[in-house]
Amino acid sequence: MDMSQRTETRITRKFAQLKAAGRGGLGAFITAGDPDFETGLEILMGLADAGADMIEFGIPFSDPMADGPAVQASSLRALKNGMTLKKTLDMVRAFRQRDDETPMVLMGYFNPIYIYGVEAFLVDAKAAGVDGLIMVDLPPEEENELCIPALAAGINFIYLTAPTTDAARLPKVVEKASGFVYFVSITGITGTRSATSADIAPHIERIRKFTDLPIAVGFGIKTPENAADMVKIGDAAVVGSALVQVITDNLDGENRARPGLAAKVHQLVSELAAGVRSVAKRPTKEVV
Amino acid sequence: MNTPNTYRAGADDDGHFGIYGGRYVAETLMPLILAVERAWNEARNDPDFWTEFHDLMKHYVGRPSPLYLAKRLTEQLGGAKVYFKRDELNHTGAHKINNTIGQILMAKRMGKTRIIAETGAGQHGVATATVCALFGLPCIVYMGATDVERQSPNVFRMNLLGAEVRPVTSGTGTLKDAMNEALRDWVANVDDTFYIIGTVAGPHPYPTMVRDFQCVIGNELRDQMDEAEGRLPDTLVACLGGGSNAMGLFHPFLDDEGVEIIGVEAGGKGLDTDQHCASLTGGKPGVLHGNRTYLLQTDDGQILDGHSISAGLDYPGIGPEHSWLKDSGRVSYVSVTDAEALDAFQLCTRMEGIIPALEPSHALAHVIKIAGTYPKDHLLVMNLCGRGDKDIFAVAKHLGLDMGQTDQG
Repeated sequence: MDMSQRTETRITRKFAQLKAAGRGGLGAFITAGDPDFETGLEILMGLADAGADMIEFGIPFSDPMADGPAVQASSLRALKNGMTLKKTLDMVRAFRQRDDETPMVLMGYFNPIYIYGVEAFLVDAKAAGVDGLIMVDLPPEEENELCIPALAAGINFIYLTAPTTDAARLPKVVEKASGFVYFVSITGITGTRSATSADIAPHIERIRKFTDLPIAVGFGIKTPENAADMVKIGDAAVVGSALVQVITDNLDGENRARPGLAAKVHQLVSELAAGVRSVAKRPTKEVV
Repeated sequence: MNTPNTYRAGADDDGHFGIYGGRYVAETLMPLILAVERAWNEARNDPDFWTEFHDLMKHYVGRPSPLYLAKRLTEQLGGAKVYFKRDELNHTGAHKINNTIGQILMAKRMGKTRIIAETGAGQHGVATATVCALFGLPCIVYMGATDVERQSPNVFRMNLLGAEVRPVTSGTGTLKDAMNEALRDWVANVDDTFYIIGTVAGPHPYPTMVRDFQCVIGNELRDQMDEAEGRLPDTLVACLGGGSNAMGLFHPFLDDEGVEIIGVEAGGKGLDTDQHCASLTGGKPGVLHGNRTYLLQTDDGQILDGHSISAGLDYPGIGPEHSWLKDSGRVSYVSVTDAEALDAFQLCTRMEGIIPALEPSHALAHVIKIAGTYPKDHLLVMNLCGRGDKDIFAVAKHLGLDMGQTDQG
């Protein structure tokens, strides 16, 4: 691990705090600007107060090939209402004026960033207050595209590992990882099947053999019980599709937000946070 | 760009053709993509693999496809000798089966027991359903919901062959979304499933693998032209959607300096409109479906839907090797409009008694433009990569006739 991966960000500070507090974290995913810029901003602003320890902010993309129906639809709604990568960064900037602590991770697909220009994007993202990046379609084989430039810019690059990532491949995947490692708990797309802590235990154990980074678990976590179950073994649980589903369920016939939509999203975040906080964890043992 | 020693060496070990190609896929798929690459590297060096492939090409597909001198068209155009490489005479009526035969052999080699594919017009879906019937494997074909409606004869063909056609309503419900959906299926079924991609695109090793299967077209042509004229052809012309028939024709000739090579994209209603499908001549480089290549996209990097009278050219991307060949200047890429393709379709039908698919009608439209500018001993070969039976309803509609079928938009 080189020095750039040791860069302290809001992510590393948050995981240190969680460890000291002896509990797991909750990551909340929403798509930027879903269903529209104003409502999306209202949702974003209240996530941390509702109990999210970390925000994963989806960059809308026309072709989200690793996402299930809920997140696909959220991306298209946002795009239809004029959302762009530039406006996504505007929202991060607005959020940062109010909250300078909660880690903010942009999650998405590479093409919008490639078209924006990697160098310009990293400068603007850092200035806006972005702490980390999760790029679904940039495996370590393509690390020169964004991972290495991001590390140089002081932004964590979070790698996904999957149940199919075997012990032979794991060292390559975690080699340049920073911030945390994201474990995809199912072989599938977002928001479909759900795994249990028993399912993920051997995988988390395998990943910990190769890295001392915290591990967040995501894909298919929907309920407070499910989230609580995941942080028994993982360091954080990430919930996305279930939150997006609340948005979907609170739209009128023309996909406009009904009154109280943001509060309903925040309500589910509170319930998920309560679930996560119900699990007492011993400090994670250091792996050298 | 410096002129390379060879244009035929790609892709490199990481699957790149210059800056194009690569492996931009989710981690869940990466181990499988690497396994396909290992299996492909073994297969391509295994004489037994190619013996089985060529045996099926000969006895099942009906290869070699003839090289035909289109005499009346040549006289009409008054210039180059116009030859057709008759890949529309293949079993299932297009070049697509060359690739699906190759990939089903790969699936068998890897012990995979379930096949998925994407399709636009339905030709690749039919070719995949065909080889699945031949090898007794279950087949699921993802097809945009709008295409399912406008290509109902091909949907029925796939059903008859035992395949399940799943209409895709996500995104804009077109070919690119069908490919997204196939990738989503693959992510969820990595253990038993092989994805038969229909063109020279997708993550490495697909662009190389599909090209090598389709090279049967160009390799045959070398021998056939030698027999017919005792030398190499002077000009090659082929249409491009994803670019597989063109790559199969072009690749064996890339290092023959004297051979002029031209790829023809679907210009739809014109490149000055937003209703076209010309990724190379009207798009810019980006990353989609596992590779970097020229794409139709917005200034925010969102992928646009293409438009073409021919559903088979209706893809907003292009194989990455074509992107590299464009930048290197070795191949010229041009576009022709819907209207020009329609005229070429009718000319070929009446003058040669061959009903071409709308896809190669694009290539023919360009041949019609240029043939007269060459001397009479100039050897021009066009890949007639598909037959037009599937297109008669679309053509009828554009000619103002109603045959009781909805056509492609």
